[in-house]
Amino acid sequence: MIVATDVHKRYGKLEVLRGIDLTVQRGEVTCLIGPSGSGKSTFLRCVNRLERIEGGRLAVDGELIGYKTKHGRLHELREHEIAAQRAQIGMVFQHFHLFAHMTALENVIEAPLRVLKLDRATAVARATDLLAQVGLEDKLDSFPSQLSGGQQQRVAIARALAMKPKLMLFDEPTSALDPETVGEVLEVMRGLAAEGMTMLVVTHEMGFARGVADTVAFMDEGRVIEAGTPEQVLEQPAHARTREFLARML
Amino acid sequence: MQPIDAVPVRRPGRWIAAIAVAVLAAAVVRSVATNPRFQWDVVGEMLFSERILHGLLLTLELTAIAMVAGVALGVVVAVARMSPNKLLAGAGAFYVWLFRGTPVLVQLLFWSFIAALYPTVGIGPFEADANLLITPFMAAVLGLALNEAAYMAEIVRAGIASVPEGQSEAASALGMSRLQMLRRIVLPQAMRVIVPPTGNETISMLKTTSLVSVIASSDLLYSAQLIYSQNFKQVPLLIVVCIWYLAITTLLSLGQAALERHYGRGVRRTRKESKPMRFLKPAVAR
Repeated sequence: MIVATDVHKRYGKLEVLRGIDLTVQRGEVTCLIGPSGSGKSTFLRCVNRLERIEGGRLAVDGELIGYKTKHGRLHELREHEIAAQRAQIGMVFQHFHLFAHMTALENVIEAPLRVLKLDRATAVARATDLLAQVGLEDKLDSFPSQLSGGQQQRVAIARALAMKPKLMLFDEPTSALDPETVGEVLEVMRGLAAEGMTMLVVTHEMGFARGVADTVAFMDEGRVIEAGTPEQVLEQPAHARTREFLARML
Repeated sequence: MQPIDAVPVRRPGRWIAAIAVAVLAAAVVRSVATNPRFQWDVVGEMLFSERILHGLLLTLELTAIAMVAGVALGVVVAVARMSPNKLLAGAGAFYVWLFRGTPVLVQLLFWSFIAALYPTVGIGPFEADANLLITPFMAAVLGLALNEAAYMAEIVRAGIASVPEGQSEAASALGMSRLQMLRRIVLPQAMRVIVPPTGNETISMLKTTSLVSVIASSDLLYSAQLIYSQNFKQVPLLIVVCIWYLAITTLLSLGQAALERHYGRGVRRTRKESKPMRFLKPAVAR
């Protein structure tokens, strides 16, 4: 589903990604772990072109992100073409970013109405189902400011799912939450994984990575240091750097 | 439960201030009501006279046109200023610098004398005599609207900048286009910051239109001036003018409060809403 080869990204002189190689199979859950500043979130944001890359190749479902190949040359995609790619990739942010002037229901139906051009009845029916699925059937008319962090994040997940994405990106989805609401968000994510959603998750929740991930990739200083099953990476890490990081996480 | 039956704090200062204000107000009302030179009968006579109502209509027209054009052009200038294109951003900044940096009175005079600079305006075969095209009304509209756009551009820019970047990121991550993002997500939230100063601008514009009397555009003030140049009843006519400005300003403040409530959607209820005409229902201290 995602194939990244030698992906480079820099902000001015600062090299954030120094050659990322990573493959995510369809239906798999991949967790990106690593110290802050290692480039995990930046890489995630490159996957739906919130950041542009300076080198390497990044493809989702066989399609290059942000470019197309014509006559053997890369051509930058136009804005609406990039929007079309993004519409198929769900994204969940650390700070939710719910539309503050819209109710939970309006947040979820907005993009299906405007981007997928669904009729209102269909969009509302689908959104109501999704909000029930994340346990918020009684919060349809609440504004984000009236919801707890965990509830807001669940609305944000429903909002992303309403676009029927083929891939879901999670950028530290529980880092901004109170400890007691972390569980409810992870529960929703577990349910999604069980349904076979392809997920790329930047997280510090080692319990989630161990229990749900098919692949865990450890990143440091803009590179993937090692990737493998949770048992390999979390129980018998091959690299000293991984061992150090894990020791500090416990 | 034991009831709280405490003696409230005495506030003699408030009482003294309240009495002082009441006495002062009574004195002013008495003098205004009894001084015959106010000529309240003339005020009553002139308030709804045809020429005054004509002037009022022109004042309202000028305010409406100048504000609508000013807001529209202001949005364009604001978007230009925020553009990644350096030349466009510079042009926007230059516009604001030029029109905010000179008095609107001077700008009005300038537009009324524009024919001296460009005797004809137009492109190729479509040429017109500037003196015919730039009537006093056109000059007034141009002067007021172009000046207003500079102020509105700054207000709109501040409004757009007040919306957190996460909102537009979330919108683009969902596949929304830039235009959809601006129209559906950013501008509605920016409105909460844009509406209150725009209301002030509208009220201010209503009064600024009185400047057009210098270019012989017969607005409310100029109509009153024309009348008192004949009947020499300056004071009552100026009172008529004030009554009309106050009446319209009151209506505009009410409209502004309603708009603010509308765009406050989703913001915590505890937020203080602006209360126009607060002085009409003062909370008297116990």
